[in-house]
Amino acid sequence: MNDVAEATVEQGLTALPTQHLPKSSFAASERWLRIAAPFIVLALWELIVRVHLLDQRFFPAPSMIVEDFIAYAQSGQLVTDTLTTLSRILVGFFIGAIPGTILGLFMGINKWVRAFMDPIVSILYPIPKIAILPLMLLIFGIGEASKYSLVAIGVFFLMVINTEAGVRQIQQIYIDVARAYRIKPLSFYTRVLLPGALPNVFAGVKLSIGVGIILGVAAEFTAAKSGLGFTIWNGWQTLQVERMYVALVMVSLLGYLLTALLDETEKLLIPWLRP
Amino acid sequence: MQVSNGTDKRKEIEKPEAQMIRINVQDVGKVYSTGTVALENIDLAIEDGEFVSVLGPSGCGKSTLLRIMASLDHATSGKIDIVGSGIAAKDALPFAVVFQEVSIYPWMKVRDNIEFAFDSLSMPRAEVRKRVDQQLELVGLSKFAKAYPHQLSGGMKQRVAVARAFAVDPPVLFMDEPFGSLDEQTRVGLAGELLQIWERTRKTVVFVTHGIEEAVSLADRVVVLSKSPGRIKEIIPIDFPRPRDPVKLRGEPKFGEYVVRIWDLLR
Repeated sequence: MNDVAEATVEQGLTALPTQHLPKSSFAASERWLRIAAPFIVLALWELIVRVHLLDQRFFPAPSMIVEDFIAYAQSGQLVTDTLTTLSRILVGFFIGAIPGTILGLFMGINKWVRAFMDPIVSILYPIPKIAILPLMLLIFGIGEASKYSLVAIGVFFLMVINTEAGVRQIQQIYIDVARAYRIKPLSFYTRVLLPGALPNVFAGVKLSIGVGIILGVAAEFTAAKSGLGFTIWNGWQTLQVERMYVALVMVSLLGYLLTALLDETEKLLIPWLRP
Repeated sequence: MQVSNGTDKRKEIEKPEAQMIRINVQDVGKVYSTGTVALENIDLAIEDGEFVSVLGPSGCGKSTLLRIMASLDHATSGKIDIVGSGIAAKDALPFAVVFQEVSIYPWMKVRDNIEFAFDSLSMPRAEVRKRVDQQLELVGLSKFAKAYPHQLSGGMKQRVAVARAFAVDPPVLFMDEPFGSLDEQTRVGLAGELLQIWERTRKTVVFVTHGIEEAVSLADRVVVLSKSPGRIKEIIPIDFPRPRDPVKLRGEPKFGEYVVRIWDLLR
């Protein structure tokens, strides 16, 4: 829902009358500055390392990171590690999101289910999910299942909470119409409640992907022998600092791409919200 | 909306005896859990094919009365019967409701919104499509069948809601201030369109409104409610011939007399 608000604000800003804006040359330089900013910082970083103002054991110069990136990519490990982490995040996401959405729907619809589940969810939700990693390792062992389940648990609670809120904020009039026209129960769930809750469900999905990345990478720190999280951790233990930076960049790229993908999916699934 | 020779059409659509319906409101009362009495001793018999307006100041319980009639709310005393043999049929709804607020689903296109009303009916798909096309044509929205509601104006959205109600072709239509949120010009225009569609089918209509002129121009009888508790103050038969033109009607001397009489009742 927040995203919707942000989108309107953005549109509102760009729609401001233009006659009071400074000359367009300023707008053009502003755009160039935005594009140039990261490169300027990288160049400064490179310079500072080269003149030994920064300790290159901790802050390798960007050129050294790029060099390692190429070596990492050529060995094929880059793709393998990225795909490993991505699959852990996505599998865990679906294992958590599907039951979470269904439970959230039922909690929104039925006050008995809500009365039973509300206290349980309220108690379990605030537990930092990373704190249950040892328990997951105990239950599922060192294999993939422990990573999946950690991501799934984090995603599950977010989806429950967002879906329930989504169902409960559906306007009474939409329920009245369904009653007046004697809509069948199944149609009522799939064509009134679900689409009515969809904007909130999607907000939950976006939050979940963010949390899924955090949990997936964190779980790989100690409980994996592959993946981007493992590479970051291993970079510290074996003092391969360049490799650590490369893996960090890949994690952030992964997050960026997943978010962009979700934004597009949202436009496709909820066309009535964004004209 | 072009409805030509509405008078001729009426003859073809004479209802068979079996479909005659009647709404009996018997001593209906509604007390909220807070103790507020919303409605008291409401007795009303509505005949088949009658257009009845329920008029009253805001907070007189007129919408509550309509909601009770449409089974969306419960009476705390008395009862409402909708009698008629066609009522329990499997391929028909006993009544349809048009609400004041925007009541079409924002996530369904215009056509889907209307087709959704057929959900509980076992009607062949082709027949449903035919009816939806027909109603869209009648309210002048054929071109907007695939539009989402956010692409329509307020008046167009209410037209869709009216089309949805007429498409399922129920014997009874409940309308709760359907044009209440629109500007005056659109409101009078839509009232005219409603009358034209209604002339062709002569459904039994209960039309709740707080607009005196709207009630007089549309209804066969105007039920005037008093405020807290809502009681029937008077039922005024409106003696204008059909078909009516709600704009021309406003020029009639008798129109002004009705309006003044109702004003006096509400004072």
